[in-house]
Amino acid sequence: MKPVKFDYYSPKTVDEALTLLEEAGFDGKIIAGGQSLVPIMNMRLSSPECLIDINQLHDLQFIEFDSDKVKIGALTRQAEVERSDVVQKHLGLLSEAVPFIGHVQTRNRGTFGGSLVHADPTAEIPLSLMALGGTLHIASKEEVREVNVEDFFITYLTTDIMPNEMLTEIHIPIEQERNGYSFYEISRRHGDFALVASACQLTIDHLDRITNVRLVLGGVEATPLLIEGANEWMNGEVLSDSLLQKVEDIVDEMVDPESDIHATAEYRRHLSKKLAVRTVKSAYERARGEANERS
Amino acid sequence: MSVHEIEVTINGKKYKEQVESRLLLSDFLRETCGLTGTHVGCEHGVCGACTIHLNGSAVRSCLIFAVQADGQEITTVEGLGEDGQLTPLQKNFIECHGLQCGFCTPGILMSATDYLQKNPNPSVQEIKEMLSGHLCRCTGYVGIIEAIQKTVEENSNHVRVER
Repeated sequence: MKPVKFDYYSPKTVDEALTLLEEAGFDGKIIAGGQSLVPIMNMRLSSPECLIDINQLHDLQFIEFDSDKVKIGALTRQAEVERSDVVQKHLGLLSEAVPFIGHVQTRNRGTFGGSLVHADPTAEIPLSLMALGGTLHIASKEEVREVNVEDFFITYLTTDIMPNEMLTEIHIPIEQERNGYSFYEISRRHGDFALVASACQLTIDHLDRITNVRLVLGGVEATPLLIEGANEWMNGEVLSDSLLQKVEDIVDEMVDPESDIHATAEYRRHLSKKLAVRTVKSAYERARGEANERS
Repeated sequence: MSVHEIEVTINGKKYKEQVESRLLLSDFLRETCGLTGTHVGCEHGVCGACTIHLNGSAVRSCLIFAVQADGQEITTVEGLGEDGQLTPLQKNFIECHGLQCGFCTPGILMSATDYLQKNPNPSVQEIKEMLSGHLCRCTGYVGIIEAIQKTVEENSNHVRVER
């Protein structure tokens, strides 16, 4: 046996799960796909006393188009998001980002909501959601509250969710104007944790001027880093070399990455600048509908 | 600690067993059911040796607790062939020297079988990306990729003949 002993419950309804959570208090832990939780339990880095398995809550497994938004259930497998026509059509950024998560075999089990609540600073889904914007629905016995993605991530592996709460669904707005997206990631090998990743979602008007831009970097801070204020100096502009230079300069100012065994801080800074420029450029070209040959 | 009675269908056969909550599905398959075709390598989801099918999807059995498999359908490498016959993919692994020591082979067979069902015509790059979830320290992957490619080609020839 690898993990320490624990009590196991498999509730059949969300209400039952929330009751169990309330009773377990700080000793309780939800397990969904388990692709991050079980490795750390096997290595005994984590030893929850009580596991509440939500895999039977099939009501939380869906992808739904709803006029101006897409709703995704927290238990939806990453592989389902990857293969979804609705996601492909309306949330291209997610379709592009999800294949970077781990491997086919872990995406078959790992869930969309699980990745968000785990909140790894290099993870693809938190990064993409930050670029897309959206609200997370968090349920407890008392209420269901909605949290904007900007307020959801607190620090490394820590979110706004309290011990008696669980994430149930995520609503992501659909861009109505001319828009483009792009996602790039650099890792040592395919499927490894990202050294740096970058996501961009932007809209342009009929004269190709930028009307809204969300640029996010992952792997450089404790949480996905939204380049705030980008709208102030990019809105109304057409893409130009000087604008891209400004993107590079601002990113250089804003990021403060750390060194570790995988990459130096200096290399991560370099990647942040270059990936930011590449994603903005590629998102803009997509918005203009140009052929987008990716290298 | 909790002990649970579970009923799992493995390779078409029902197993009813008592399991401790912390027992991994990989250990359950090998030690409780005696199905040692599923190999156990890293035990934290990196090497891919323990890959099985859970309700038709290739997943790591070391990242699932046996108790979670209650009421589910599982296929292991022992359940791939029928009547003692190897599948075309398995035959091509032999043909193309897709294995040496054989430790990683069951996991790769399970992944590739699921993958080809969902993506009947993958590019070499896509095959490589699928294989990135598996560690093989003998073959350098070339033989494995050839075996999978050969299976893809044979399948598409079949489709053509049938038409």
